[in-house]
Amino acid sequence: MNWILDVYHTCAAHFPTLTMAISLLLFPLLPLIIGVAMYVWWERKVIGWMHVRMGPNQIGPFGLVQTFADVFKLLLKEVVYPQKANKALFLLAPLWALVPAFAAWSVIPIASHAAWSDANAGLLLLLAMTSMGVYGIIIAGWASNSRYAMLGAMRSAAQVVSYEVAMGFSLVSVLILAGSLNLSDIVNAQAGSKGFLDWFAVPLLPMFIIYFVSGVAETNRSPFDVAEGESEIVAGFHVEYSGAPFAVFFLTEYANMILISFLAPILFLGGWLSPLQGWITADVHWTVNWIWMGGWPWLFIKFFAFATAYLWFRATFPRYRYDQIMRLGWKVFIPITIVWVFVAGCMKYFGWVTAGA
Amino acid sequence: MTFPLICFYLFAAATTLAALAVILVRNPVHAALCLVLTFFSAACTWLLADAEFLAIVLVLVYVGAVMVLFLFVVMMLDVDIDPLREGFIRALPVGLLVAAVMLAEMLALIGVRVMDMPVTPDPAAAAGVSNTTWLASALFSQYLLPFEVAALILTVAIIAAIPLTLRHRTGVRMQNPGKQVLVRPQDRLRIVKMVATKPAATSGEAPTP
Repeated sequence: MNWILDVYHTCAAHFPTLTMAISLLLFPLLPLIIGVAMYVWWERKVIGWMHVRMGPNQIGPFGLVQTFADVFKLLLKEVVYPQKANKALFLLAPLWALVPAFAAWSVIPIASHAAWSDANAGLLLLLAMTSMGVYGIIIAGWASNSRYAMLGAMRSAAQVVSYEVAMGFSLVSVLILAGSLNLSDIVNAQAGSKGFLDWFAVPLLPMFIIYFVSGVAETNRSPFDVAEGESEIVAGFHVEYSGAPFAVFFLTEYANMILISFLAPILFLGGWLSPLQGWITADVHWTVNWIWMGGWPWLFIKFFAFATAYLWFRATFPRYRYDQIMRLGWKVFIPITIVWVFVAGCMKYFGWVTAGA
Repeated sequence: MTFPLICFYLFAAATTLAALAVILVRNPVHAALCLVLTFFSAACTWLLADAEFLAIVLVLVYVGAVMVLFLFVVMMLDVDIDPLREGFIRALPVGLLVAAVMLAEMLALIGVRVMDMPVTPDPAAAAGVSNTTWLASALFSQYLLPFEVAALILTVAIIAAIPLTLRHRTGVRMQNPGKQVLVRPQDRLRIVKMVATKPAATSGEAPTP
């Protein structure tokens, strides 16, 4: 394996900036891609158990290698181009969906100020990137030159744009209370001596619920997956996709789900902070100290709970009807969020909630 | 030539080329996507000027929301562009004239002399805060009235847009989700107590299956 290190050192000596940039790029992306593969396996396993089935169990121990086998199968399959499809846009669409999904990861912190980019406007960048992702779906729908794909894309675009409003308002209430757009500062603003009662999920409970439900709607997951709606429009926007481009869409969807599941704890449940913060201050051993002092394991535990909730929703709820989705977004969520932004402003103004107390 | 300067020229060139492509490409969907590229590269040049808030908001609002609706409409309508392009050469002089007048107005507005003046230091950096914070405090203290007036104009525009598209169709059967949720079993289902009816015993023989 030494020659790999040799190549790396040679590159680092001759092109320091480029090597640095590429290794920094790979650093968050490789775990993410492997995480997506594991998440897909976990989804099939969990839904299998909920259906009283085994789930994947043939390839590798507990079927763990199943997803990799699926990925290689997809990558080796022929890519079929529909006749009269706009070929350039047809291939651009999956990439346009994938790049924002990955770019949003640049600002996610896993410990205080430990993010790839500790940008001041991190929250805004996230909103901008998640709103860019919808282009991939729209372009895929249009470029496929298929009516089903077009219908799926239209549904998806309308749904994502609608739920983004509610999501944006719930983020606004978080930033009002935290007084910062930086994600590390937002988590640190939830530190305190009252344990989990210091987290923003307590004063912003309705916003927390709306945020996660909007997140499910934004990622076009069940029960809001009318964009795919197998029973009505076959598979929605990616009906014409096969092989590698389809794999890219698949990867994007799961990367977005993981992103939303990471953001929900960071914004509302204190990120890497412990629910016991301030109650226990003992110093025992570094292997157990994180349980009350806080640390990255808490972030991953919380993430895991949300990621599993996604799968639970999928196994539990029937698909919403399209007009009901729109009604929920515009007539229920948006009025509640507008009122609660005002409430959050009052909380901040009258000092009912203090950041980082 | 420093690295940021090279980046600036690249992004500026991309902005200009994409803006040209918006008016030159034949396909309206391609034109809309070129407009997206224009906005994005413009945001990149702003980012180079340390205006990260404005840059990200440009992407968020124009790319993330406005252009999505644009694309939506363009894709739905499926415009046949060829008849629209017939007058392109004929209207070109008028277009160039309008562009020249706009350029002159902009130069007059910004002031030619400003270009010669030394660059004023960044007020946000001078105040020692991030430019998002500086922008917010400026917007909500110094420029509160214009900000609120802009908000009011937008609200009026929304209200105006709603009556324009609102049509009361008669004979439409609508659902009332509130009523659907509040419905009780007693409203829909009536349980009647009655004596069980038995077939009249005709004879002593068991019925043959």
